[in-house]
Formats: sequence, structure tokens, C-alpha cells
Amino acid sequence: MLLEVEALDLRYGATHAVRGVSLSVAEGEIVAVLGANGAGKSSLMRAIAGAAAASGRIRLAGSDISRMPAARRVRAGLVLVPEGRQIFVSMTVEENLLVGAHTRRDRAVARDLAAVLERFPNLAARRGQPAAVLSGGEQQMLAIGRALMARPRLMMLDEPSLGLSPILVAQLFDLIAALNRQGIAILLVEQNTQMALETAARGYVMELGRIRTSGSAAELARDPALADAYLGAAAP
Amino acid sequence: MSGYLTGVLALLAINVIFAYGIFITAAAGQLNLGGAGFQAIGAYGCALLGLEAGLPPGPAIALAALLGGAVGFLISFPVLRTRGVYMVLATFAFAEVVAGVILNSERLGGSMGLILQDYVDIGIILPVAGGVVLFAFYLMSTRVGLAMRAIHDDEAVAELMGVHTRAVQVGCFALGGALAALSGALYALYYGFVEAQVFGPLLSIFVLLYVLIGGTQTAWGPLVGAAFFTLLPEGLRSLAAALGVEPELGRAIEESRFLIFGVIIVAMMILRPQGIVTRDLLERMLPRRRRGAGHG
Repeated sequence: MLLEVEALDLRYGATHAVRGVSLSVAEGEIVAVLGANGAGKSSLMRAIAGAAAASGRIRLAGSDISRMPAARRVRAGLVLVPEGRQIFVSMTVEENLLVGAHTRRDRAVARDLAAVLERFPNLAARRGQPAAVLSGGEQQMLAIGRALMARPRLMMLDEPSLGLSPILVAQLFDLIAALNRQGIAILLVEQNTQMALETAARGYVMELGRIRTSGSAAELARDPALADAYLGAAAP
Repeated sequence: MSGYLTGVLALLAINVIFAYGIFITAAAGQLNLGGAGFQAIGAYGCALLGLEAGLPPGPAIALAALLGGAVGFLISFPVLRTRGVYMVLATFAFAEVVAGVILNSERLGGSMGLILQDYVDIGIILPVAGGVVLFAFYLMSTRVGLAMRAIHDDEAVAELMGVHTRAVQVGCFALGGALAALSGALYALYYGFVEAQVFGPLLSIFVLLYVLIGGTQTAWGPLVGAAFFTLLPEGLRSLAAALGVEPELGRAIEESRFLIFGVIIVAMMILRPQGIVTRDLLERMLPRRRRGAGHG
């Protein structure tokens, strides 16, 4: 397994956001985490990325990263594309991408930058402009491109389709599938369950901070528990 | 060169170094309103190293700057626990503590100040200032400079991208403290005299204004800001003299120059809240280098 999360627990003060969650992502797999707003999906992502202090065990490619600060987890190959794009607005497109390569010391950064710009022609056309002028879709591409610059083994995406038009959402899921074919494992948090289950091999459904159910994408698509989770049925 | 012009240039060079000390932290998103405290540490440190340890100016300046860096490093830990306006207050309080310690220490001359035996002239100060400016431009062009700007924009996301935000912020406080202390050491040796009153709250406010009015987005900001603030009052003074107005009216203009100055500052804040020099401005002024090149 590439990522193994065991009994992860996260509290913000009185709020118990993540309650004993265990999940795994295999090398080269796409895994979706589904659930209603407030189910704890984003908190789970932040805890795995090291942006929130959680208890429990997180292993990446067999080594324990539970105590590592966020920056070292990036170097280990785990990168989170946070919810709401969160680009560096006063910096240019190119500078945003270069921040993504911050943990790298190798000589291939320039080559990877060229590859990312080739993949996203809209970004290439605006590489010298402040990122603040990009459209919502372009900002999401920039956030993903920036994460790619870290050369991740596992990319976590938190609600990447939020606020995008249907055409852009389709392009986004094509992109996710393409990245996966390159060998990057994907852990995807999505509200768009249909698209997520079409793209992912497996999924977990979260409810009130717990994993309610899990299974292959096909099983989950038929599982009434998924609909329940979104309709806010009471926890078992 | 006239004595007056030399004096203005020396003050400008010292203010430029001081401004970069504050800029280094501001570029990474931290406002340091304790500039006067760091400059005082450099000035008094240099004075004591000369008077009591008998060090010549060169080593005294270097050690005083190191002392400022060490203090910056140490206070960064409590200061970085605060955010926003509380950080501004914490750094301000630090400067007040430094001033309080000096005023109450007989060894530091109390309110009487200290007279230095050594002297450095503009031949030393100008090259040092030039070196500091070049270093700041170099720093901002490195991956550390990029990380500083990322932290300025969004600390949490910078951390998610692998930037050790805390290490960068602590480093900025240490480096900024060292530069502010360096400017203090040069100040002490140029004027040959240090007194606590010089390093008061107004000085901290002014140097932060140099940086904020100049702009924190690029390394040009503090240079332009310090020049603006140092030369404008002198320019207003010269203007009154050059107009050859009645001595009384001339004095009135000279005295009201701070009023005019204040109005200009307020106007700047309204019209250019990002500072005089922004990346956008540079983009429009400089030839379009690298645009579209190197890919595709």
C-alpha cells in the first residue's frame, strides 16, 4: 500500500471532526472520499497532509509520517491541493508553479515547469501575469500544476470541481485520470459523487467524522448508504 | 562634495540599510514595529565594543550586527506566536523594553548617551549600503525569497507546498535584526554619539512607513521608500531656501514641512496602498523579459 491511515482522530476544540478513520490507497490507484458537507472530509485531508495535528498512524510507502511536519510530507511524495484553489495571488503564474517545487533540489525543475506549461496552455500564455487575474478554472489548473511541480507519488484533491462549469468539471476529471495513468495515485474528496465514482476505483463514504461504508466504485454507486449519507440520515 | 550633501547621503544610506532590515520580515508577511529597538542594539553594541573592548570599527560593526541578529532570532519565537496587530504590538513593546533598559543603565549612559572615540565616513557607509541592497535583491530572487513571498500571500498554503514557514520566518527576523543593528552601528560611528531618545517609537514608525510606502512586493520598495522619506523633508527645506522668501516665511515653510509630509503620506496610503513600487508597476516599466520564452 502507498498510503495507510489507521485510527486517525482529529479534534478542533469541542468539535470531533475525524473519528477513528482508517483508509488506504494503493500505488497508482484513484480513491474517492464522499460524504455531505461537514462530514469531516476536508479535515481528514488536512490531517493526512499534516496541516492539522491528529492522533493515529499515517504511513506512506511503509514509513511512518504521522509525526512529520507538512513540509516534510511533501518531500516524501504526498501533496494536497487544498479546497478553494488557494493560489498565491500576488505572485505570477510561473512563480506559483515554482513554489510547488520548493522541496526539490534536483536539476529537472525547469524541465517539469516546461511540461506543466505544455499541459496547461492557458497557464503558459499567462505565465508572467499575476495569478490573481486567472479565471476560476485556470486557478484550479494552477493549483494542480503547482502540486505536480512537487513530483508527488500521491496527490490529494479537496473538492477540485467546486464552482466550476460542467465543461470544466469534465476536463478536470479527464485530467485526474491522465495524471493517474502517469503513475500518480489520487485521493479525491468530492461532492460530485457521480463523476468521482466514474473516475475512482474505490471509495469511502464519510458521515459525522466516521467512515460509514466503503467499497468499489460500482458497489458504492448502488449502495443506499451513499444516498443516506448525503440526505443526512442518523449515524448507526 | 559639500558637507550638507555628504550628510544627507550618509543618512540616506543608513536609512536604506535600516529599511531593508524591516523589509526582510515584511516581505514574508510579518510587520516589525520594533525597528528602533534593533537599531539601538546595534548602535549601543558598537559603541560599547569600541569603548570598553577597544575593538576597531570593522569588527565592532560586524559583532554589533551579529548581536542584532541573535536578538532577532531569540525574540522571533515569542513574537511569531502572535498574529496581525498583536505582532505589531509585540515588536513595538520589544523596542520600548530596549529603550527602557538603556535609559536605566548607567553603563549605557542612561539619558546622557555615549560618545564614541572612533569614526567611519561615507566611504565606508555607502559601499555597505550598496552591498545590503544587492544582497536583498539577490535574496528575493532565490527560492528562499520565493518562499518568503508565498508565506506573505498565504502561510498555510505555503506550508502545504513544502515551505518550512516557521524556519523562514525565524530566519527573516534574525536577518532583519542584523541589518537594523548594522544600520545602528553605522549611525553611532558616523555621528559619534548615541542617545536613547533617538531610538524612540517615532523612529520605529518611520522605518516601517519607509517599507510600507515603498512597497513590500519587490526589493525596490525599501530603497524607494527610504529615499522618499529621507530626501523629501530635505527637499522641502531646500525649497524654502531656494525660493528666497522672507526669513520668517521661510521658517514657516520649514516648520510646516512635516505637515506637508504628513499629507503626502496620507495621500500615498489612499492612492497606492500597495506601496510606490509594485510588481505591476515594474512589469509596465521594464522591458518584457522572458515573457513567453523558454517553453512550447
